Amino acid sequence: MTTPPQTAASPGFFRRRIFTTDHRALAVLYLLLGLAAVIAGTLLSLVIRIHRVWPTLAFPLYGVLKPEDYLALVTMHGTLMVFFVLTVVPQAAFPNLVLPAQVGAERMAFPRLNAAAFWITLASLLVLLAAFFVPQGAPISGWTSYPPLSAFAAAGPGQGAGMDLWLASIALFCIASLAASANFLVTIVARRTHGMTWTRLPLTVWSWLVSSALTVIAFSVLLAAAAMLLADRHFGTSFFLPAGEVINGIRQHDPAAPGSPMLWLHLFWFFGHPEVYISILPGMGLASSLLANFTRRPVLGYRGMVAATLLIGVFGLGVWGHHMFVSGMNPYAGTAFGLTTIAIAVPSSAEVLTWLGMLFRGRMRLTTPMLFTLGFISFFIAGGLTGPVLAQPALDAYLHNTFFVVAHFHLVMAMAGVFSLFAGIYYWYPLLTGRLMNETLGKLHFWISLIAAYGTFFPMHFAGLAGEPRHYAQLAGPAESFASLIPVEKGITFAALTLAAAQFIFLFNIVRSSRRGILAGENPWAATTLEWSPIGHPITEGGPYVYGPDAGPNADFLPQWQSAASDISHIGPPGWEAAAKPE
Amino acid sequence: MPATFTRHPVEVERKDTGYGGKPPLDRRPTGGGGGDDNWDSRPSGRHGPHELLIRYRLAVLSVLTADFVFFAVLISVFFVRPSDGHINASESFVSDWHPLAIPPILWLNTAVLLLSAVTAEIARRQLFHEIDIMEEWLGLGRPAVRRAAPWLLATIALGGLFLGGQWIAWQQLVQQGLTFSTNPNSNFFFLVTVTHGVHLLLGLGILLFALIAMFRFKRVELRQIAVDCSAWYWHAMGIFWAFIFVLLICSQH
Repeated sequence: MTTPPQTAASPGFFRRRIFTTDHRALAVLYLLLGLAAVIAGTLLSLVIRIHRVWPTLAFPLYGVLKPEDYLALVTMHGTLMVFFVLTVVPQAAFPNLVLPAQVGAERMAFPRLNAAAFWITLASLLVLLAAFFVPQGAPISGWTSYPPLSAFAAAGPGQGAGMDLWLASIALFCIASLAASANFLVTIVARRTHGMTWTRLPLTVWSWLVSSALTVIAFSVLLAAAAMLLADRHFGTSFFLPAGEVINGIRQHDPAAPGSPMLWLHLFWFFGHPEVYISILPGMGLASSLLANFTRRPVLGYRGMVAATLLIGVFGLGVWGHHMFVSGMNPYAGTAFGLTTIAIAVPSSAEVLTWLGMLFRGRMRLTTPMLFTLGFISFFIAGGLTGPVLAQPALDAYLHNTFFVVAHFHLVMAMAGVFSLFAGIYYWYPLLTGRLMNETLGKLHFWISLIAAYGTFFPMHFAGLAGEPRHYAQLAGPAESFASLIPVEKGITFAALTLAAAQFIFLFNIVRSSRRGILAGENPWAATTLEWSPIGHPITEGGPYVYGPDAGPNADFLPQWQSAASDISHIGPPGWEAAAKPE
Repeated sequence: MPATFTRHPVEVERKDTGYGGKPPLDRRPTGGGGGDDNWDSRPSGRHGPHELLIRYRLAVLSVLTADFVFFAVLISVFFVRPSDGHINASESFVSDWHPLAIPPILWLNTAVLLLSAVTAEIARRQLFHEIDIMEEWLGLGRPAVRRAAPWLLATIALGGLFLGGQWIAWQQLVQQGLTFSTNPNSNFFFLVTVTHGVHLLLGLGILLFALIAMFRFKRVELRQIAVDCSAWYWHAMGIFWAFIFVLLICSQH
């Protein structure tokens, strides 16, 4: 894609690329925001890993980490990664990049609302990062911020101004997500091109439809919860404050109407669990699309896949209690939530089995995006299999807050999510630069990342089964219960450093390929969906995944934009069109 | 007739974007089809004012859905409160939910708000009165705006009256010694009514914007959208209030 030559009339760089309502430019801005957040979040996680193995190591410019610093690192790592990477990139950057094109629209339904959402997201990120620089530093109560510790400034360093900034950042993020999702929903419903019926939508668009609907429901709950916690902290309410709270030996003021920390847990996880699906559903839709493309065969059971996506969205709203089995919730409720959680494994497994079915005797082309899609499936299965294990209240009583849980969600959400982001970036890179990313570097990046990611997160299962708890700053100390785990921990740290180092290959590849990559030409992947259409906003008369024999006798695939331009004689006898019109 | 002649005008007609219905080409005389959209019942013109209006209505719908969930959370807080009382010295259970007397002015306020919903609806319908709109379209005059303006003004006045009435109710409760943090019941009362009041204040701003927009916007369909969307927001707030009011009355025992 060449940039138009600069003339006196054409707007300048800032107008075209930054202060713009163009969705492609906003996608680039979102990607850069996600990149900044992922770099910050990765650096924090590396400090975490190094500290776990060498607790007395003095970091340059800082010194030895204090236990509360460790908790602040965990909190900020989780918040940055969940919100600003795993939500922003799949649920804001990617839809801005291809959603209008995939439904055949020229632009978003509300371009200015869309742009406003980006700027609010940026403000939210800046407010969050500012928490590092206020007195006493960043909050320490984890990305879930359970009260009462998050409700009292006296509860620890960072629970004063840092916690307020955290809550303000989350509230801003909620508002931005709601605005962006309203725009995506209307774009999908009301800006589809002619012929783009519901059953002709690519599965990525279905995923964005479901995840945007989930966003509208879940993020308004989080917004209300954050507002109530702020009110508890500053306006004397007591939604989440129990009576008789003692912090550091000091009895806190009893509220007139005691509330319950459990309420925060319910509200937070009513948001938190759909949030998992908000960040992974786009990856699942992308996996279906890319598998169809790189195996050259249609998505098996398109309608079934749509139904599974919708079911995951609906079930996802009813499983939040499985995060709370050991919180003191009614045990009967725990059983019910365990059942709904196992029920959600059914549509998820249906999608996984469909992907595996597509691989079976498919004509696989192992390009870099395909490799990352396979990596996504691998992590989704590896992490997903421990899901039904943790869904048993009895087993969770032991495994809760151990590294087993850390392994589970880092595989199924973080690694699967990030690998699908890599797949998307390698796949859609030509849309932004007109060039392909280097395949050799891409494959190197993939294999090192795959092995290092398993090396990082798989051993955590064993550490967790051995009882190693989360959120503990050190394992060494007077009690030597976990001394035998130190070698495992060292292995994990080395794998994590390798994983982070491998990403330099990716960054180098992005920069290098933007100037020296192979020119992509039109439709470099021989894809069928409309974002690769060479014509403006095309019309369509065919399904999104017409590969293989369905495409006709002489073709391997039938793009959606060509399905309409092809000879219409097969649709009806000559002259039927005039006959069909009443006038 | 040669195929190229029949095809060409159809393709031009289909160029712009909108709803993803099946194109007319699929409407085969044998009745196969199978599309989920009935092409015949669509109004002509895919970029027309109606499509723009629908798009804005959908956006308002999704924002109001989010807002509904927001209110549902606030209300649910009081259904899931675990500590709803204590055991006193004589071993009997004492609830900490102390009933409060709903200020009678709330009945008046409710009537005022319902009335304002009626005036908002009348104003909204003026903007869709076909003959008047045709006249505005042709630039002959602005009968729709002229007729809608007083109703919109009345809505704003009634909305202001409602907020004033709410203020009086809050004052009365404060004079009884019931404030935000007195007990769970007063906490609930102030939380939901004040949050709703803030939403109505925003609603008054939106109605005021619609009133100005009616006179300032040059395109008829944008005037329609401004009035239509603000009226739907106002209706939603009316429905929310009816629900909240019933809940407040039913919880005083």
